[in-house]
Amino acid sequence: MPIIARTGNEAMSEAMRQINPDVVAAYPITPATEVVMLFAKFVADGLVDTEFVAVESEHSAMSACVGASAAGARVMTGTSSQGLQLMSEILPIASALRLPIVLCEVNRALSGPINIHCDHSDTMAVRDFAWIQIFSENAQEAYDNILQCMKIAEDKRVLLPAMATTDGFIISHCMEKIETLEDAEVKKYVGEYKGVNTVLDLKNPVTLGSLDLQDYYFEHKMPIVEAMRNAKSVIEEVGKEFGKLYGREYGLIEGYKLDDAEVAIVALGSTCGTTKAVVDELREKGQKVGLLKIRVFRPFPAEEIAAALANLKVAVILDRSDSYNNQGGPLFTEVRSALYDAAKKPLITNYIYGLGGREISLDDLRSIFAEQQEVAKAGKAKEVIKYFGVRE
Amino acid sequence: MPNLKDLAAKKEPICGGHRACAGCGAPIIVRQVLMSSKDPVVVTSATGCLEVVTTIFPYSAWEVPFLHNAFENSAATCSGVEAAFKALKKKGQAPAEHVNFVAFGGDGGTYDIGFQSLSGAMERGHDMLYVCYNNEAYMNTGIQRSSATPMGAATTTAPAGKVIPGKVQFPKNLTEIMVAHDIPYVAQSAVGFWRDLTSKAEKAFSIRGPKFMNVLQPCRLGWGYKPELTAELGRLAANTCVWPLYEVIEGKYKLTYRPKEKKPVVEFLKMQDRFRHLFRPGNEAILEAIQKEVDRRWEALLNKCEG
Ligand SMILES: Cc1ncc(C[n+]2csc(CCOP(=O)(O)OP(=O)(O)O)c2C)c(N)n1
Repeated sequence: MPIIARTGNEAMSEAMRQINPDVVAAYPITPATEVVMLFAKFVADGLVDTEFVAVESEHSAMSACVGASAAGARVMTGTSSQGLQLMSEILPIASALRLPIVLCEVNRALSGPINIHCDHSDTMAVRDFAWIQIFSENAQEAYDNILQCMKIAEDKRVLLPAMATTDGFIISHCMEKIETLEDAEVKKYVGEYKGVNTVLDLKNPVTLGSLDLQDYYFEHKMPIVEAMRNAKSVIEEVGKEFGKLYGREYGLIEGYKLDDAEVAIVALGSTCGTTKAVVDELREKGQKVGLLKIRVFRPFPAEEIAAALANLKVAVILDRSDSYNNQGGPLFTEVRSALYDAAKKPLITNYIYGLGGREISLDDLRSIFAEQQEVAKAGKAKEVIKYFGVRE
Repeated sequence: MPNLKDLAAKKEPICGGHRACAGCGAPIIVRQVLMSSKDPVVVTSATGCLEVVTTIFPYSAWEVPFLHNAFENSAATCSGVEAAFKALKKKGQAPAEHVNFVAFGGDGGTYDIGFQSLSGAMERGHDMLYVCYNNEAYMNTGIQRSSATPMGAATTTAPAGKVIPGKVQFPKNLTEIMVAHDIPYVAQSAVGFWRDLTSKAEKAFSIRGPKFMNVLQPCRLGWGYKPELTAELGRLAANTCVWPLYEVIEGKYKLTYRPKEKKPVVEFLKMQDRFRHLFRPGNEAILEAIQKEVDRRWEALLNKCEG
C-alpha cells in the first residue's frame, strides 16, 4: 500500500478521487477550499467521472447534493464554518430524506468575530441534524474516515448522511505521512451504490419532500432515531472490517493507556494526538494518566464512554467549543449525561479551550494533568467549568 | 404548436383533488407546461402554495417524479438532479430517453429568496426549465409583498394604511434580468393564454440548456376577485400591457401577443381588491404613475422586439 506525504485536505480529496462519486457540488471556504480545488483539478484532468457542480454558495451546494442524491447518485461535498452554517437549513432535509451524502468538514471557528482557525463550533452547531459525525485525529484518519463514512452512510441499516471532520490548519494544512489504498482497492471497498425510490425512476414516480404535519411528522422521525441507533453497531462493524482489511482498526471511541489510569483527558480531534504524547511522557514518570478519544460524536457512544471512564478518579473533558448555556461545552454535557446512570463514575471537569484556533501545547496539557491530579488527590473538583488558556 | 385535442389526450402530470383554492392559477400553469413536454419530466418545487397544496402527506397530486427541498433552492435542487442524470447516464444507469427537468417556484421563491439559486443554476448552464408561477406576492404565508408585487398593491407587509398606500415600489423586472443571463430561452406568459403558454413550454423543451419562463398567475385570494375570473385577469394583464407576453430566443426579442386595443391599466386594477384603495379620492397620482410606468416598460419592450 502506497505511503505518501499528504496534508489533511489532500488526504480527504485523495479519498474522494478514489471513491469517484457521481456528483460533487461544492463551494470554497478556508480551510476546506483545497478539498474543493484539488477535486476540481481531478475533474479537469479526467481522473474522475464525477459531474462537478461549481455552485454559487454552500446553500446551493447542499441543495444540489440533495437533488443529486435523491436522483440516486453517490454524492460528496466539503466545507467549513460559515459554509456549514449556510448549508445548515438543508442538512436536516438530507437526513430526513435518508440521503447518504458524505461531507468533508474542516473544523473552523464560527463568525463572529470572523476567524479562520480551528475550533469545533461549526460541527457542533449542526450536531442535532441526524448526520453521522466522525472526528479525525490526523490526516491518516481523515483519509480512512472518509472511506468508512461512505460505507456507513450507504449501509441499508443506516442510510443517513455523514461528515468526517479534520481540525482546520492543524490537520488540513499539515503534511504527514499517510498510507493510502490502491485505487482499485477503494473501488472494491466502497462498491457500487444504488439509490432507492429515486426521482429518476420514471416508471414509479415518487413524491419526495411532502408537507408532513401533526398526523405523520413524528412517526417519520422515528426511523431516523432507529437508523442512528443502528449506526453505532454499523460504525463499529465497518471500523473492525477496515482493520481486518487494511490493518487500521477503528471503534466509536479509543482508549489510550486508560486501563489503570486515574486521571484521563476526554477529547476530540487533533488534540488527542498531542495528548497521547503527554500521556507517554507522564507515564514514563510513573503517573497514571490516559486519554479517551471520542471518534464518533453522532451517534453519541454514551454507554461505551461511561464504561471507559468508570474506573477513573478524574475525567477531564476538553471542549473546543462552548454551548453558552453555563453548563459547559457540548462534549462535556453529553459525557456528563452519559455518566448519570453509571454506578461508578469519576469526578469530571470541563476545560473549554482553543477557541478561534488558540493553540493547545504540550505544556498546556501537562498543566491540565497536573491540576487534575491534585483534584484526584483532594477527591473534590474546585471548579467544574474552566475556560483554559484565555487571558483574564 | 400543441392543439387542444392532443393536449386533452395527454396523461395528466398532476391529478385533481389537491387543495388549491377554487380558481387557483398555479395548477393551470403546471398542467399546461408539463403537458407540453414530449419527453418524461422530473419536477422540483420551492416551498410555497404549489408544494403545500399538492403534497400533503399521505396524499400527492403528482403523477410524475417530484422533489421538494426547501423554499429558496428549487433551481439548485433541480441542477443537482440534472447533474446526477448526466453522471448516471455515463454509467448506463439513467433512463435512456431524454428527460426534461423542470423547477417550479413562486415569485417569492424566484424573485427574492431563491434569486441567487436561480441565477447560479442558469449561469452554470444546466439543461433545465425554470418556471416561476408568479402570483405577485407570498401567498402561502398570507399575502406578503415580494419584489414582484406591483406598485400600489396592498399586501399584509405593505398594507394600504392611512399614510402609506400599499407597496411603494414598482416590481423588479426579473424576466429582463434573466435575459441578461444570456441563456438560450426566456419567456413571459400568463394564465388565460393556453396556446401561448404551451407553445412556449414546447419551444423551451426543444432547446437544450437553461431556460426560464415567468408566468403570471392571478390569485383569487391574494388579488381579491371572484374565482371564475382567473383566466380573465390574466388576459386583462396582457391587454393592459401590465404583463406583456413575449419571448427571447438567443437574445432575440419577439412579442407573442399584441393586444388589439391597449386598455387603460385601471381596467385591470379595478377588478381587484388589492388595488381598491387606489380608487379613493386623493390617490389619482398613484394611478397615473402606474399607467406611466406600464407605458414606459411597454415602449421599451416594443423597441427591443423586431418589427
Ligand atoms: C427560509 C424560509 N423562509 C421563510 C419561509 C416561509 N415561507 C414559506 S412559503 C413562503 C412564501 C412563498 O411565496 P411564493 O414563493 O411567492 O409562493 P406562493 O406561496 O405565492 O405560491 C414563505 C415566506 C420558509 N419556508 N423558508
